[in-house]
Amino acid sequence: MPITPANLQPEHFAKYPPEARELATRYVALLRDLPLAFLPLLLRELIEYDWKFPAERRDLDRQLSYLAAAAPSERRAMFAAFAQLKLPPSLEETDWVNAPAGFSEQLSAFLWASHQIDAFRTAAVDYVQKLDAATPPEPLPMRRLGIVLIGQGVAPGNGSSSYALFRKLRPHGVYFNQVDPHNGMQTVLDVIAGRYRAHPVAFDHWYIDGGAAESLSNGGVSQVSYQALGPVRAALLDRMQKLAQTNTMGPEAMSAALAQMKPEEVGMSGDSVLNHFQVDLLTEGSGTQVFSTTFVQWAAREALRRAQPVTLFARFAPRQRERPLSELLAGNKPNELDPQGSLIDGDMGGYYTWLNMQRLSGADKSSFLIWFEGRNEALAIGPSLVAGTQSGEALNLAQIFSRIV
Amino acid sequence: MTKREKISSESVSSSRRDFLRSATGIGLGATLFSFAPASVFALPGTRKVVVVTFGGGARDEETFMPGGQGNIPHLLSELIPRATFFSQVINRGILGHYVATASLATGAYETFNNFASVPPDHPTVFEYFRKDLRRPATDAWVVAPSNGFGRIGESGNRLYGAGLGAGVILPKRLLTAALSSGGTRDYDHLLRDSYESPLYSQTLAGDAQELHRVGEILKLSVDDFTKLARSSASPDELSVYVAHRLMQRLAPSLLWITLHDMDIAHSGAYSLYLDGIQRSDRLCADIWKMIQSEPEYAGKTTMFILPDFGRDSDSEAGGNGFQHHRTGDVRSRTTWMMALGPGIRENVIVERPVESVDLVPTLGSLLGFSARLSSGKPLTEIL
Repeated sequence: MPITPANLQPEHFAKYPPEARELATRYVALLRDLPLAFLPLLLRELIEYDWKFPAERRDLDRQLSYLAAAAPSERRAMFAAFAQLKLPPSLEETDWVNAPAGFSEQLSAFLWASHQIDAFRTAAVDYVQKLDAATPPEPLPMRRLGIVLIGQGVAPGNGSSSYALFRKLRPHGVYFNQVDPHNGMQTVLDVIAGRYRAHPVAFDHWYIDGGAAESLSNGGVSQVSYQALGPVRAALLDRMQKLAQTNTMGPEAMSAALAQMKPEEVGMSGDSVLNHFQVDLLTEGSGTQVFSTTFVQWAAREALRRAQPVTLFARFAPRQRERPLSELLAGNKPNELDPQGSLIDGDMGGYYTWLNMQRLSGADKSSFLIWFEGRNEALAIGPSLVAGTQSGEALNLAQIFSRIV
Repeated sequence: MTKREKISSESVSSSRRDFLRSATGIGLGATLFSFAPASVFALPGTRKVVVVTFGGGARDEETFMPGGQGNIPHLLSELIPRATFFSQVINRGILGHYVATASLATGAYETFNNFASVPPDHPTVFEYFRKDLRRPATDAWVVAPSNGFGRIGESGNRLYGAGLGAGVILPKRLLTAALSSGGTRDYDHLLRDSYESPLYSQTLAGDAQELHRVGEILKLSVDDFTKLARSSASPDELSVYVAHRLMQRLAPSLLWITLHDMDIAHSGAYSLYLDGIQRSDRLCADIWKMIQSEPEYAGKTTMFILPDFGRDSDSEAGGNGFQHHRTGDVRSRTTWMMALGPGIRENVIVERPVESVDLVPTLGSLLGFSARLSSGKPLTEIL
């Protein structure tokens, strides 16, 4: 007999990791009261609790605590739209308690096929808005700062380009076109180190690099680099290839299989929370395994969404070139880089990083700097700057930082 | 459609319309509707139709908005001035490329698994065309990008189905078969069958028999085909070449070409997505020139161009901008369509909302068959 939300028991969570099991058991009465179109999605987050970032844990704790305290009638009203969705018996019969990610994949496919995806989307948006209104975030310990470098050789071969950088960001900040690049990278690293010293909390400061990462003086900054993950990417691609060769599973099943991979299965050791995050980047991100520019953009997005750091530094590096059909057919050639394409990718990735920062609390007080590394072009956004303007002042990065931090 | 969705769809359409007006001097269709109906220009029954769909929509930001116009010079300067342009085409179905393209081809929202190798449930336009007009199998063809589109030519509907569909050519599969006879190499690019899930590379099964059958039809040897591929920059270029050979050899009355290069957006590389749009823009102009240069097609062919759907907007927190089409937001559901050819009014924008499933009944009205199981409605502005 399939498990329904109403007959959930603490022992149903026996296979959960320790902290997740404790949390699910503590709130089992609440979980029994939630509709099936919503509950497995909550469990999908909850089952990962042991590897969640502090900010994610806070959000989940706050959500559960708020829902548990709400009156039953209020809770029914909050979930009425989810409860009205019509689900097939086959979904109810899946092991949604222990495999909520698999349930989510099937639910998504069913909602699209049954034309209920729009109703679900509306219900989800309304729910999040109500939750946000009822559980306002805590004040930030310091104003949020985002730094993006389009760097490490991301430029055309001859050093010049007609591509207009920061086109999408210019309406929101000040475009500096006489930046003194001297010592710029060190300035950025110093700013990050200084912010960590002022607020030394794990996962609140991040450095993501699309190539080889610079060494940081402070080990407390969470660091992710495309190059350092090379062996993990190779192991993962090997696993994907083997799964594909069996030709027995579709993309949803493939995604579910990859999502269950553990860091130790691809040779990782060390901080389990950070390792799980990095594996997620490579198994859930599309293109992150192949293109370093995609990796940096997605890693920045996920770090902002999940860890909600007060400092995020993302540095784009040249990605490999996508070879045309004719070249592929001519046989294997050494893989080359695509500096011009990477410049465009990095510029768009910078814009998306700023957009994702805007979705976090304290966005109106946050600051952002994007710099074409080693060049004279940068753009800064901050509460004290006049949006949509241009500055021809000869400034170095430290001077620009002093205006936004 | 909710009021909020309606307003948003209209704003998408309005920005597209405003830009087209300023860029091309196009007029509004509504102002012309009092004129004589276009059907007075209708041609006798020699009419042909070429449908070009983009698998992997292009957003307005990268096309019709001022910042994107540089990516579509051929559409803007060569095709739209000759076209009736529908600025608000809504897709209410599943936003996956095979199932959505199948929905375009059936005029009904199909609901099967996007990644399954299954025929559409509803009759396809090819079956309506061939059954009602008693057309031979050689008169309807599909040239499609990937293995997943292998079943698109013929539905599983019992009233139509078996033996009434279109011939389907999958150039990438043919190429795999051609190459497999010449030793093994690194053909990873070709084996990437679908950009929608870069994690998943379904192995393309190259069928030697199919290769020789199509080779006979196109009068193209395996060597010639391989040489051609070696000179092509992308799978879409290969598809357009194959389509051209079909036009020259069989001159089908109904030819459906699906371009797919721009769907590399799923890899997250913005520059490659732009490259795909620019290539599709050029290939659309090439197809139009092919139509004008082939005696069997010149002066009697209507061409339709439309993306299967859009892509997620930058403002949608649940998505990742241009990369995917997963949110079902207004931008990912709202796209455009243009029709051009004899009897089609030129330089006209139609603002009213239409649906992507309206294409098939419109083709029915143009060619003279009944799309009786379609949920769409004929687009009167081009009939």
